[in-house]
Amino acid sequence: MKKDKHISRRSFLKGTAAGAATLAIPVGNTDASVWEAFFQQHFQEMDADEKARVIERLEQEYKKRYNREFSIKTTDAMPGVLFGYGLDLSRCIGCRRCVYACVRENNQSRDPQIQWITVLRFEKGEKFVSNLEEADKYYYPEKVPEEEYFYMPVQCQQCENPPCVKVCPSRATWKEPDGIVVIDYNWCIGCRFCMAACPYGARHFNLKTPRIREEEINPETHYLGNRPRYQGVVEKCTFCVQRTRSNPGRYPACVEICPVGARKFGNLLDPDSEIRYCIENKRVFRLKEDLNTSPKFYYFFAT
Amino acid sequence: MGVWRLSILTTALFMIFLLRAGPAAAADKHGIPEFSVPPPPFSEGIFPCSDCHADMETNPERRQLEEHIEIVKMFDHASDQRWCLDCHNPNDRDKLRLASGKLITFEESYYLCGQCHGTIFRDWKAGVHGKRTGEWNGKKIYRLCVHCHNPHSPRFKPLKPLPPPKRPEEIRNSHLTNEQIPSNPLEALLKESDEKR
Repeated sequence: MKKDKHISRRSFLKGTAAGAATLAIPVGNTDASVWEAFFQQHFQEMDADEKARVIERLEQEYKKRYNREFSIKTTDAMPGVLFGYGLDLSRCIGCRRCVYACVRENNQSRDPQIQWITVLRFEKGEKFVSNLEEADKYYYPEKVPEEEYFYMPVQCQQCENPPCVKVCPSRATWKEPDGIVVIDYNWCIGCRFCMAACPYGARHFNLKTPRIREEEINPETHYLGNRPRYQGVVEKCTFCVQRTRSNPGRYPACVEICPVGARKFGNLLDPDSEIRYCIENKRVFRLKEDLNTSPKFYYFFAT
Repeated sequence: MGVWRLSILTTALFMIFLLRAGPAAAADKHGIPEFSVPPPPFSEGIFPCSDCHADMETNPERRQLEEHIEIVKMFDHASDQRWCLDCHNPNDRDKLRLASGKLITFEESYYLCGQCHGTIFRDWKAGVHGKRTGEWNGKKIYRLCVHCHNPHSPRFKPLKPLPPPKRPEEIRNSHLTNEQIPSNPLEALLKESDEKR
């Protein structure tokens, strides 16, 4: 039989695919760290050695990018801790100090601008809990509070039943044992399903490489928290995991800055914590409770 | 013999109880947990009051004061019902005086405020009213009532808000140098308050 000199369609495609794959793998002028980053494991699957190697590489990478020494923690959740947050709507004056304290602590991009906390303004008497879209987040009067308005800051509600985690196709986001919903920025593929799933608008996307002035960088970071992000990944509030996951651990930056003390934070499993006192003694509600997301963020009225 | 032994045992148990209860009760006086507060925010040069008041005669009458003009001007704290000596102690001006006649220092002024604002005082002791910083599972820093509320005009004073977020249509495809990147407006604010201090 005459041997067919033509390449079959199948073998042609196979060959092209293999060739393209070889081209796509970075070789030549790239250094080893690109390879390492390319083959980096999912954070939850790394052992201690792997974590240490990844941290070292990231610290080098960030140093090159920001001319600063970085420290990246990988602290695990503490046993017997479930973080909860309280926000006193009768005290909040809408001054936005929390927004910018969060930006400062958590290395949010200044250009393009990303902010994890949004302060909403409602007219007194207006329907508000179910109708967040009609709220004004661009208010900017000379002084706050204003006579005829009240304010409600919204950030990640750290749901016990987080819809964002459910939809993630790459499992780049998950709920930690202490209740914080975190993201592995090296595993996120930027599909933004989680942003569509979140009923609170709490997740934000890096459309461009985030830019921060070198002198305003916070180099004290956590892998799952405030370490600098990349273009094309999603980010969100982590209850300042780099501060709070420690014994003793500091309050989140937004709690620390609030001039009226409207923000409360603590361990839901500790009956003596401030947050438990709020839940047991005040009129609390959770945002969009009917969606069964079961937030660990409690709004309350202390007066 | 049995009774004797029992009484020794009871005494011993009682002693142990006393030893254990002693320090705990001291740390938790009047349900106020151990905490650290910054010193009271006096206006400059106003304390100790006895520097001026020691040699002055006490006049409890409501009248137009010649001193403390700013306080008189701002005084808005049930001012129809009250006057200076309802809180300030007439004989030793460096102390405050509770309704019971008990004298307290300015560092413990929360007892004075708590006389009327009982529910707030309760929330404050639990760490829910007012600002609390420090460690969520460790040492906490409280503030006195007077750190946020001027005792003579207690309503919280309005603040200038920080700027709103950028609208989506304001976002530009910019290529900024380090100096051109917008600074966090909080940095300027913190610097300003540092300089004041």
